Amino acid sequence: MSTLEHASEHHHDNSAAHGYGDNNELYVHEFRDDYGSKLGMWFFLFTEVLLFGGLFVAYFFFRVNSPEGFQNAAAHLDIMPGAINTVILLTSSLTMAYAIVSIQRGKKVLSNWYLGATIAFGFWFLINKYFEWSHKIHLDLYPGSERILNEMPDGEGVFFTLYYMMTGLHTLHVIVGMIVIAFIMVSVSTENINKNRYIKMENAGLYWHLVDLIWIFLFPLFYLLH
Amino acid sequence: MSTNNTEHIEEHEPHNGFGNYFVIWLTLIALTALTVGVAGFDLGMYTIVVALLIASVKAMMVINVFMHVKYDDALMKAVIAACASVLIIILIFLGTDVLG
Repeated sequence: MSTLEHASEHHHDNSAAHGYGDNNELYVHEFRDDYGSKLGMWFFLFTEVLLFGGLFVAYFFFRVNSPEGFQNAAAHLDIMPGAINTVILLTSSLTMAYAIVSIQRGKKVLSNWYLGATIAFGFWFLINKYFEWSHKIHLDLYPGSERILNEMPDGEGVFFTLYYMMTGLHTLHVIVGMIVIAFIMVSVSTENINKNRYIKMENAGLYWHLVDLIWIFLFPLFYLLH
Repeated sequence: MSTNNTEHIEEHEPHNGFGNYFVIWLTLIALTALTVGVAGFDLGMYTIVVALLIASVKAMMVINVFMHVKYDDALMKAVIAACASVLIIILIFLGTDVLG
């Protein structure tokens, strides 16, 4: 059965209906369109990509205009925290994928453990980010700081503004992802999400992987510019 | 009607298991190590090309396997391709404007 046929099958029924089946047992028909749900999620991710896309465009524009400033400014970033955060996010994507495989196999508790691990990795990412930013701010490297205004005339300031803006917006997405996954965990324990209906978890997974995806590009553009 | 839902789910048998995802994760970690390693060499203007190339390979793996796009149907793929195309078109126009 093609997915389109499947989608149209449900169009006649927009709300839960119920009646009696052949053997007189009560049945409930619930409207459900997993395909449409997923497609909708992708449309939302589209807007996210454009949101970050605009910032990537700004990055390339300013980088072409002040290549030296970007090189100098990037030398102030440490590769190691960036690399560690890359590994953390990649691993959190793995545990997210594992959570979905677990629920597909009906392993509810295992699924919640993997979701919990995903949130924990997100939290670890935030802690690293906190130390990284605090260190930068301690070194007087933030938008409008005395050091940048007085000693860095070649576009370093733009680099740092983009750095805070893009990694900051990304970090905001990590936080939102963690909150969403926490709600998913509650739904798994109340069996609102189960072996036979886990589209919400899949959509939360798509969001989480997108956050990982954006970081895959942020990492080389900011940290590997030496 | 109520059995239809379960039938539908069964059509979508999981394509990936724990092992498959683990291999992809291992490759992604290896590529991260590679991109950090390569950054140590001064490749001049090719530095960013190499870095973005590796990032793109990683991105394709995340999109295709973790995000399941490889197993999605033509409509879903078209939506995602359209999304990527818009971004690439914007970048190309910007490129001709800034570099040209």
